[in-house]
Amino acid sequence: MNLDTSGNLNPDPLLKNLVFMNSVDYLVNLTRASSVWPLTFGLACCAIEMMATGASKYDIDRFGSGPFRATPRQSDLMIVAGTVTHKMAPRVKRLYDQMPEPKYVIAMGGCVIRGGPYVKYGYHVLKGVDLIVPVDVYVPGCPPRPEALLEALFKVQKLMKREKIVDRTRRTTKPEVYQPV
Amino acid sequence: MALSRPEIHAIVKERFGDGVVEDHPEARDPYIVVKPEILEDLAFFCRDEPRLRFDLLSSITGVDYPDRKMIEVIYCLDSTPSKHWLIAKVLLPRDDPRVASVEKVWRTADWHERETFDLLGVNFEGHHNLVRILCAEDWEGHPLRKDYVMPETYRGIKNVIY
Amino acid sequence: MTVAVKDIRTEEMLLNMGPQHPSTHGVFRVVIRTDGEMVLESESHIGYLHRCFEKVAENNNYLQVVPYTDRMDYLCAMANNLGYAETVEKLAKIQVPERAQYIRVIATELNRIASHLMAFGTYGLDLGAVTPFLYAFRDREMILKIFEKLCGQRLNYSYIRVGGVTFDITDEILADAQRFCDYFDPVIIDEYDRLLSYNGIFISRTANVGVLPVDLAISYGVTGPSLRGSGLKRDLRKDEPYSIYNRFEFDVPVGTGEMGQLGDCWDRYMVRIREMRQSVRIIRQALKDIPPGDFCEKKAFRGVKPPKGEVYHKIEGARGEVGFYLVSDGSVKPYRLKARGPSFCNISVLDALTSRGDCMVADMVAIIGSLDIVMGEVDR
Repeated sequence: MNLDTSGNLNPDPLLKNLVFMNSVDYLVNLTRASSVWPLTFGLACCAIEMMATGASKYDIDRFGSGPFRATPRQSDLMIVAGTVTHKMAPRVKRLYDQMPEPKYVIAMGGCVIRGGPYVKYGYHVLKGVDLIVPVDVYVPGCPPRPEALLEALFKVQKLMKREKIVDRTRRTTKPEVYQPV
Repeated sequence: MALSRPEIHAIVKERFGDGVVEDHPEARDPYIVVKPEILEDLAFFCRDEPRLRFDLLSSITGVDYPDRKMIEVIYCLDSTPSKHWLIAKVLLPRDDPRVASVEKVWRTADWHERETFDLLGVNFEGHHNLVRILCAEDWEGHPLRKDYVMPETYRGIKNVIY
Repeated sequence: MTVAVKDIRTEEMLLNMGPQHPSTHGVFRVVIRTDGEMVLESESHIGYLHRCFEKVAENNNYLQVVPYTDRMDYLCAMANNLGYAETVEKLAKIQVPERAQYIRVIATELNRIASHLMAFGTYGLDLGAVTPFLYAFRDREMILKIFEKLCGQRLNYSYIRVGGVTFDITDEILADAQRFCDYFDPVIIDEYDRLLSYNGIFISRTANVGVLPVDLAISYGVTGPSLRGSGLKRDLRKDEPYSIYNRFEFDVPVGTGEMGQLGDCWDRYMVRIREMRQSVRIIRQALKDIPPGDFCEKKAFRGVKPPKGEVYHKIEGARGEVGFYLVSDGSVKPYRLKARGPSFCNISVLDALTSRGDCMVADMVAIIGSLDIVMGEVDR
C-alpha cells in the first residue's frame, strides 16, 4: 500500500476485498441485529401465528431469530403474543425486568395494543401491554399474519442498527407498577 | 337403555316427591327445579340408581336474576352408558346463595363450583377449597352479577379506557 | 422407585412450573412438591387467560358474539362456531339449508385435522423431537391455505354463523380439499407413524406414563380423545348425533393398551393420529355428496331474536365436548351464555394423575402434552 500524489491510500487490489473499515458501532449493531433471540412468550392465539412464523414456511431462522429461548436471561427480544390479563401482568413485568439490556419488545396482536376485542367489557383484560412495559413495535391484527411479524422483526433490526455505544439514553423506562403482593 | 326426559323426571319425582318443585317437560330443553336441601341426595341418587346412571357432570352454571331476587344454579348431567341427559336447577336467594357441594359425587364439580363462586358468589357448603379460580386472587366483586361495575383501576393500572 | 440410601437426609422441594414455560401449552401454572425427581403432589392454577367471554356475550348481540367464540379454542375455531350456531338454532328453531350443513362438516373436519396436527407437532417438541413439529406445520399450512381461500382468515375464522355459513364454497376450494385428502391420508400419516409414533425413545417416554383409568376420567369430566384413550368409545358424533353426522360412515378409534397400559399417554396420542384418518374419510364422503343450493338462511343471517327460553347443546370438538348453555329473554342479546370448554375438565385430572407417587417431573410434561389443552378454553 502506498500513497499517491493526491494523498489517497492505494490498497493492493487483493487486500481491497479483505479489509473492511467502518465504525465499531456499525459492527456491534450488525452482529446484534443478525441474531435477535426472542423469548417464548406466547399467551393466546397470536402464539400460534408466532409458532407458524418459526416453522418451515415462514422460517424466522433465516433472519437469525431461530432459537426461541425459554429463559429471559438469554434473550433480547420479547414478543408479547396474546392477551395479557391482570392476573398475568405482574409476571410479564417480572420477565421483562429479568431480561438483560439492550432489550426490545414487540407487541403482537390487537389485544396487547389496546385491549383488542375485549376493550369494552373485558374486566380482567389489561388494556395494552404498554401500560407496564415500554413497547418498541406494535403489530396490529387478530392475529397478525406471519409476514407482519417478520416485518416487525425487520423494524426491530432497524432500531438496533441505530444504537450508539456512547449514547445509552434510547428510551426511558416506565415507573415501577404492580407492586409485588 | 336411553330413557326419555319425561320418564327420567318421573323417576326422580317418584323418589323425592315434594323435593321436586317444578317440572317442565314441554320446554325447549326439559328441566326440573328442585329444593336446595335435597340436592346432595339427588346427586347420589342420579349417579347410583341403575336406571339413570348419570356418571358425567357436564357443567354447573349459575344465572343471576336481580328482578326475581334469585340466583339459579343449573346442573347438566349426562350418562355415558345409557346416553340420556338431565337438567336440574336450584333457586337460591340472591343476597345469601348457599347450597351443598356435590364434589364427593362427581370430582369435576370441584373446579366448576369454584368457578361459579368466583363469577357469581354462590357459596358451596362442604367444598374443601372454595377460592377464586379464574380471576386474580385479590379481585373484588363477582363479575357475572348483573349489577357488577367494572373497576376503574386495578392495583394502580387503568382498567376503563372508554 | 427412589433409591433410598439411609444416611442421606433429603428435603422436599417446592417447584413452580410457571405461567411462562415452553411446555405448558399456554399460560398454565403448576406448583409441584417434589422429592428429588419424583413428584409427590401438584396443584394447578389457572385463570391467567381469563378473557371474560361470558360477560362479553351478555353485552353483545347474537351475531357479535361469534368472533369471541372463535377465540376460546383458537386451534379448532370452527367447532366452537358450530357449537354456538347450533345452540342458537336449536332455541330459535332455525332450519339450516343442506349445502350449508355439508360445508360446515367439511370445514369442521378439516379444522379437526389441523388441530390434531398441532397437538402432534407440539407433543414431539415438548419431548425433544423437533422434526415432527416442522413436518406437522408443513401440512397444517396447506389446510390454512384452504381456509384462507374460504373465509380470508388463517386462524379465528368466524365462518360458521347462525343460519349457515358466511361465504359459499367454490369448486376450486372443493378441488383443493380433495387434493389435500389424497395427499394426506395414506402417505403422510404413515410418515408420522414412522417418524414419531413407533420411535423407541418416544415409546419409552410415553408408554405406561400417566395411566388414566376410565372411572377416574368420567368422574373428572374428561371427554374427547383423552377419554377415548382410556378405552371408552364415546363420541358425540355417534352417540348424540348433531348436524348431519348420522349420514357419514366412520369409526371411533379408542386406546387399546398396545404399547403399555391402557390409558397411558401413548394411547391418547395414538387416538388422535387415528382420528385424523377418520376425519379424512368423512371429508371424502362429504365432498362426494355435497348438494347445490343456498349456503345460509337469509333471514336468520341478518339478525336473530330467539324466543324466551333456555337450551343446552353439546358438540364434539377436537378436545372433547364443547357445550353451550344459552338463556334467552327474547331480546337481541343473550341473557346468559355459558361455555363449557373441554380442556377445563381435562386439565383438572392432572392433579389426580401426579399424586399417585409414580410420576417424575419429566413425566408431567408428557402428561400435559398428551391431554392436549388450550388455555383459551380453560379460562375462557
